[in-house]
Amino acid sequence: MIRLWLGMFLLLATSLAYAAIDTYEFESEAQRQRFYELSGELRCPKCQNQNIADSNAPIATDMRREVHRLLQEGQSDEDIVQFMVSRYGEFVRYRPGLTAQTMVLWFAPLVFLLIGLAILLVLVRRRRTAAISQDRHLSDDEQQRLRDLLEEKGSND
Amino acid sequence: MRKVLLLIPLTIFLVLAGFFLHTLWSKSQEEGGPSASIEIPSPLIGKPFPAFSLPSVEEGGPIVTEADLKGKPALVNVWATWCVACRAEHPVLNRLAEQGVVIHGVNYKDDTEAARNWLRDFHDPYQLDVADVDGRLGIDLGVYGAPETYLIDAQGVIRYKFIGVIDDRVWETRLGPRYQALLDGEQP
Repeated sequence: MIRLWLGMFLLLATSLAYAAIDTYEFESEAQRQRFYELSGELRCPKCQNQNIADSNAPIATDMRREVHRLLQEGQSDEDIVQFMVSRYGEFVRYRPGLTAQTMVLWFAPLVFLLIGLAILLVLVRRRRTAAISQDRHLSDDEQQRLRDLLEEKGSND
Repeated sequence: MRKVLLLIPLTIFLVLAGFFLHTLWSKSQEEGGPSASIEIPSPLIGKPFPAFSLPSVEEGGPIVTEADLKGKPALVNVWATWCVACRAEHPVLNRLAEQGVVIHGVNYKDDTEAARNWLRDFHDPYQLDVADVDGRLGIDLGVYGAPETYLIDAQGVIRYKFIGVIDDRVWETRLGPRYQALLDGEQP
């Protein structure tokens, strides 16, 4: 029984660890880590909503092979990402670089937040002035009622 | 003033909805169906064809390099025998080659023997037959699926990339005019 559970646990563990499995050898643990990070950061151009680590598409396999090859050649992470971008376009980066084209992507959320804050500010301010102006403009009848109420309250004390 | 303000969210919603619909609609029109994936613009447009040195598909054929592609405007068609869509595209390429269009073939990640049989059985429209068995040239070209077709000028510079099956409509609207423009540009 325990063996069965152990087997099932191992099965689960392996499927979680890595979706696509290659047999690459690395010079060091740090290099292996960089490989995982890079292949997690590069988007598969064929499947478009997976990174190349998760994808089993042939092109993702090839790109992982290239990443591995470039790592062995001693290229930096930036060089490797640039290598892919110069072939597949900005699209392969899950974290797009800051260029004129991706400006909107990076700053739109901030702009929307500022617009939202501005609207909020205007609304709050308007409500406040509306409330104040209502206070100041009581009709004669209302003024009279207010005075009566205040007097009533005072006499009760 | 109040009422105008109330309309702002609705206006924003309508503008966004219109934008998304337009994008979806125009993409599906271009690609020939909503299921087709969205085209990624190639960063290689305007760049020289990547350097390579690869064997021919033909047995005992010459080693082909990027220098062999120069001289005339041409189509470089990336294909494979495992690619079902390439089978549909092949007759169109045959017909274009008959009309005198220069087409080179890159046999991508394929069994060269199977590629030879294919070219023998279905006719060979290609002037140069490059065998890119392990897909290295494909990586340099930014290929992510076959068929893909590059239009290069006489200097071997990539001018246009088309992803998907070339049919008559694609040729008439997208590739043909560009190819013709390159041809016209060559003549002094």
